[in-house]
Amino acid sequence: MIGFLQRLGATTIGVNERLGRGSLFLWHVLGGFPGLLPRFQLVIQQMYSVGVLSLLIIAVAGLFVGMVLALQGYNTLVDFGATESLGVMVALSLVRELGPVVAGLLFAGRAGSALTAEIGLMKATEQLSAMEMMAVDPLHRIVAPRFLAGILSMPLLAAIFSAVAIIGGHLVGVELLGVDEGAFWSQMQAKVDLYDDIANGVIKSIVFGFVITWIAVFEGYDAVPTSEGVSRATTNTVVHGSLAVLGLDFILTALMFD
Amino acid sequence: MESTSNHLIQIRDLVYRRGNRAIFDGVDIDIQRGKLTAIMGPSGTGKTTLLRLIGGQLRPDEGSVVVDGQNVPDLKYGALYELRKRMGMLFQNGALLTDINVFDNVAFPLREHTDLSESMIRDLVLMKLHAVGLRGARDLMPSELSGGMSRRVALARAIALDPMMIMYDEPFTGQDPISMGVLVSLLRSLTDALGLTSVVVSHDVKESLSIADYVYVISEGKVVEHGTPSTLEQSTSPWVQQFIQGQSDGPVPFHFPAPDYAEDLLGNNS
Ligand SMILES: Nc1ncnc2c1ncn2[C@@H]1O[C@H](COP(=O)(O)OP(=O)(O)OP(=O)(O)O)[C@@H](O)[C@H]1O
Ligand SMILES: [Mg+2]
Repeated sequence: MIGFLQRLGATTIGVNERLGRGSLFLWHVLGGFPGLLPRFQLVIQQMYSVGVLSLLIIAVAGLFVGMVLALQGYNTLVDFGATESLGVMVALSLVRELGPVVAGLLFAGRAGSALTAEIGLMKATEQLSAMEMMAVDPLHRIVAPRFLAGILSMPLLAAIFSAVAIIGGHLVGVELLGVDEGAFWSQMQAKVDLYDDIANGVIKSIVFGFVITWIAVFEGYDAVPTSEGVSRATTNTVVHGSLAVLGLDFILTALMFD
Repeated sequence: MESTSNHLIQIRDLVYRRGNRAIFDGVDIDIQRGKLTAIMGPSGTGKTTLLRLIGGQLRPDEGSVVVDGQNVPDLKYGALYELRKRMGMLFQNGALLTDINVFDNVAFPLREHTDLSESMIRDLVLMKLHAVGLRGARDLMPSELSGGMSRRVALARAIALDPMMIMYDEPFTGQDPISMGVLVSLLRSLTDALGLTSVVVSHDVKESLSIADYVYVISEGKVVEHGTPSTLEQSTSPWVQQFIQGQSDGPVPFHFPAPDYAEDLLGNNS
């Protein structure tokens, strides 16, 4: 019993300590953002590896999710004779929920893990140390551009995910199952609201991008500098990043669409 | 400011602990300006740690590390980074940036800290690479270099900004006799021609004694002996004699502190 309490206490202290360090780290990295403006090509380079290289998985996943949504939605709607609403249903599920969430999960797995492994290995091979000794702050030079690239890429990826998924829904719904094309698009246009639906979805994806990238770069920077440490940090990024997306999604949904 | 003082680095009463183990336990070291000082000691005594303390990457538990009139542990972020611009450090394993090639590695500090034009940077980089004999390797990636070559590229990078001092962590390991000779004379000429202050950390006794102006020998957290190479060779301390002659028998422990060998094998202590 005492042992259990002891472990509970130790874990709590450990978690708090890490949260504290993570916040200080965040503060320091954000301090490097103004310095990125004159050398924005550093961010662009990172947007390529964080964002562009994630495009394929995002697009393929989006296509399939959209096709499945249309299939399932059609089967339900057809009982009520409301198949013209298929477009709205697919679009709303995507921009409000599935776009940000699924893109976030994929982003944590594809880009987050790569960021953690890269930064962790740079630490393990003393590249970060060497930079410090060259009077180049690795938090500003290495971490800040990656962080900003992650925050900027995630909403774009979520938007692309939703767009491709709607095309997938159109393929299945209109081309395959014969839903009226005019109704599919016009209902979608009429019912999807720019502020309530799209803006809220975009806010979600920005929040997810921020949190996933924060977790990823911090895990990398804080990794134990050994191969085992880096591998553990990479796993942590994917697990914590995915859980954070799902948990935050619940909170944000409750706040936005109450 | 004491920056006119004869000593670029003054370390006083340095104590540094890792857990319960004191790596340094009251160490005083003075590094003279414009001279080449060697710091020798058995593997694992904390030579790399000492360089990190001087560079401000680690904080001492007690004592002061004064570099050019400034106590490094007291420096604020900005001042520390300013000071580091004037320090070069050669890491034990090179620590090159693995995602850019040799040329860009050497150009890295120049691009970060100066507004030089690309053609000036090119000239400077090629000069530094030429000095270490690797001008022809400029397009290779760090993964395509041998250990010794990486360390020479790292040396070119460390001298790129013409710092006031350079700390070399084991510069001689992994060099063949020819590049060893070139390296030894390069270190010497950097010190003599450019007036650089050099700190060489090494356990290569012969090379260190041959190029150093002054030598510190540290072991088990203390300075065991210091002096010019010739006084050291005549030292009466059996410890120093054993270390510089590389005998396996004597007072220098080869083993990391450990329980009694026989006891350990019998499994009597856990
Ligand atoms: N991160 C660490 N945690 C705990 N102890 C450490 C750590 N890093 C180094 N040490 C200990 O500090 C001591 C000094 O290490 P250091 O790397 O400075 O030795 P060194 O003199 O450079 O050795 P070598 O000549 O082999 O490079 C070692 O005995 C090591 O056990
Ligand atoms: Mg060492």
